[in-house]
Amino acid sequence: MSIALATHDLVKNFGGLRATDHVSLTVHTGARHALIGPNGAGKTTLINLLTGVLTPSQGSITLEGETITRLSQHARVRRGLVRTFQINQLFADMSPLQSLCLAVSERHQQGRDWWRVAGADKEHVDEAADILARFGLRDVMTQQTRFLPYGKQRLLEIALAIACKPRVLLLDEPAAGVPEEERHEIIDILADLPKDVTVVLIEHDMDLVFSFADRISVLVNGALLTEGGVDEIARDPQVRAVYLGESGHD
Amino acid sequence: MSMTPSAHQTMLDQARWRWSESLFWLLSLAVLFVFPSKALLFSQIAIMGLFALSLDLILGYGGIVSLGHAAFFGLGAYAAGLMAKHGLGDPLLGLAVAACVAAIIGWLTSFLLLRGSDLTRLMVTLGIALMLFELANRMASITGGADGLQGMMVGPVLGLFSFDLFGKTAYLYALSVLFVLFLLARKIVHSTFGLSLRAVKGNALRAGAIGISASSRLVAIYTLSAAFAGIAGALSAQTTQLVSLDVLDFHRSADVMLVLVIGGVGWLYGGIIGAIMFTLMQDWLAGITPQYWEFWIGLVLVCLVLVGHDRIKIAIQSIGTRLSGKGGAA
Amino acid sequence: MLTILFDGIAYGMLLFVLACGLSVTMGLMNFINLSHGVFSMAGGYITAFLINRWGVPFLLCLPLAFLFSAALGMLLERTLYRRLYARSHLDQVLFTIGIVFMSVAAVDYVIGSQQQTVKLPDMLKGRIDILGGSIGLYRVFIIALCGCLAVTIQTLLVKTRFGSQLRAAVDDPRVARGMGINVNTVFAITFAVGSGLAGLGGALGTDILGMDPTFPIKFMIYFLIVVTVGGTSGIMGAFFASLILGIADVGGKYYVPQIGAFIIYALMVVVLIIRPQGLFTRSRGK
Repeated sequence: MSIALATHDLVKNFGGLRATDHVSLTVHTGARHALIGPNGAGKTTLINLLTGVLTPSQGSITLEGETITRLSQHARVRRGLVRTFQINQLFADMSPLQSLCLAVSERHQQGRDWWRVAGADKEHVDEAADILARFGLRDVMTQQTRFLPYGKQRLLEIALAIACKPRVLLLDEPAAGVPEEERHEIIDILADLPKDVTVVLIEHDMDLVFSFADRISVLVNGALLTEGGVDEIARDPQVRAVYLGESGHD
Repeated sequence: MSMTPSAHQTMLDQARWRWSESLFWLLSLAVLFVFPSKALLFSQIAIMGLFALSLDLILGYGGIVSLGHAAFFGLGAYAAGLMAKHGLGDPLLGLAVAACVAAIIGWLTSFLLLRGSDLTRLMVTLGIALMLFELANRMASITGGADGLQGMMVGPVLGLFSFDLFGKTAYLYALSVLFVLFLLARKIVHSTFGLSLRAVKGNALRAGAIGISASSRLVAIYTLSAAFAGIAGALSAQTTQLVSLDVLDFHRSADVMLVLVIGGVGWLYGGIIGAIMFTLMQDWLAGITPQYWEFWIGLVLVCLVLVGHDRIKIAIQSIGTRLSGKGGAA
Repeated sequence: MLTILFDGIAYGMLLFVLACGLSVTMGLMNFINLSHGVFSMAGGYITAFLINRWGVPFLLCLPLAFLFSAALGMLLERTLYRRLYARSHLDQVLFTIGIVFMSVAAVDYVIGSQQQTVKLPDMLKGRIDILGGSIGLYRVFIIALCGCLAVTIQTLLVKTRFGSQLRAAVDDPRVARGMGINVNTVFAITFAVGSGLAGLGGALGTDILGMDPTFPIKFMIYFLIVVTVGGTSGIMGAFFASLILGIADVGGKYYVPQIGAFIIYALMVVVLIIRPQGLFTRSRGK
């Protein structure tokens, strides 16, 4: 099986604090790979390192064999490494349609087009509209994003990432804050993701992790504690001690 | 897929030219014939409007708070003024050179604004404007220093229309330039590039995460804005035949910000409407308390912030919408 | 040479006292305030008024200037500035520029545009020779006084309960409130003390910097340089930034008068390009 995303001996220090501690992680193409760990385990730092928001103090990152350690955020997106955010990061005063059109145009390298009106390419708009339809956002696509209900915003958060046509998709707690009765919408969307897209899921909700993932890595204090199949991790006494035991508290 | 054309149409509709806009520009032409004696005041408004429009490109669309936008106005004014003084008095040539000079300095300095917080940007823009002011002050042999540039000879526009004492040519010239540059700016803010600027301003973190390189967009819009400001400065130099250190003064940077804020930030008509209100107010107050005019500017600023400066913009936009029948404003 | 260095240090110390309040409100509280010079002007004018009209001794005027500006700062903070803490930086810029313009025009209207002068007491006049350089006594006085103030302020910020409350309130107002800190009061007191120090600096600086209605605009850039170059590491950054600025400005004007103020603006821009967060930054973890 080929490797989609890998880190080699990744280290990130903040002053005296080591937020990422020699992490070597391998994610196979097409995998549904979950990354779990208690609060403060360094999951967010790791995702920021992977996407280029932060640069590592040491170590390297490869995407489909290519070293991307020093690449900028947008250059990584162009190579197919796309993320969503734990806390919605949307364009509040644009409509979902505008947001998606922009993401699609950017992917086609049309983002610098300053002469033609935005949306002049019909195929791009159609593609954006298709994604919106898939996410059940068709009816609200012309509203201002800031006025959308939270559940819809959460869906838009993922739709925006899909519009970038990811080869590796990093989902940072996609269901965070979504009420129980709307959760199925997110879960259905995740289940429908194309099989050739590699997904790395960071999640607190163990039900979601166990139903979705085929492989789990456990992060504790910035370091990789263990990694394995779903059953293996569920049975691992070490994991139970540091993580499952603690998850009841937060 | 029967719904799809409407998504496409929705996108295109956002840039549609409304007839309230035509009305606005026709009115701005008509005022010259209704109040011919006020032509000089009108051309002052058009120039201020262009200057505010240029600031809006970086503040309203790029999200960069600049306290030194006068730097580019002043560069343009000196460029056009010096050309006119040394025998190159063709107005359009002057505009072109002024735009280039301002754009080059804008492009070079834009890289200094990519990192850092609002405060850092504020300081860097202010610092650059102050440096230019000092420079112009010290190079008195070229710039005329505090006395201003003497002996400008501005030729007729297109070789046909000479500047008259009443400012009729000046206004038509300034208004035409403003209109053309407005159309260009309108084109740009409605393009995908314009949309990407809004995205960068709205949420830089997410903009990066959908593959937008914020830096290159900001450099581009800052350079363009500098060119526009340079043209405004050149227009001012040519129509008043006067350039003094005042064009680079801190006051000018603060005034243009006030102008823009009065009319509304992030809305192309904001700068122009702000310029109308500001200049009329200045003209009126100058009749009452010329010396303490500053006080009233300050008071307006303070009140605008306390009341919320988006209100004027929303009020004007809703009038425009009502006139046009439907849809939002440009 | 030594005289210039000494003058530069005195000037820098003065800038520190003028700007250190701002380095707390702007550097730490992240409130962009361009109107700080208004409080210095208030201090300078009240001193000139007290000395020239009522013959109050100079040394007594200094604490009075402090109190007057502090009261003014407290009043404006409670009524106006506090509404702006949560607003956008653009709003803060516009509002505080508005305050500057109003006060400049108002002082011009009420008092006039002439320079204010203060008569220094005889014991602060004259010069002394140190290490072969001749130094004005008044500058020695400024260095001593401002040095003491710097130590006092730093001690207050680091050692006292109020200091730790302020740091907590700045780091995260919500958490601080949860811990039972009255954040509003802490901010108001900080603002008042900062304004008071600006007023004291204005009183001290009237003789050296000059005092007329345009003071808040003329010195705005100096204050801003101190804050941005000083960084957010607390007032020690502002202290060193003030000293560098003072020495560079005095030295620059003496040795290369033809480029004048150019040198400090260039210095500032260069510093901000290399270190956008200022020279002395405390590294913020995640």
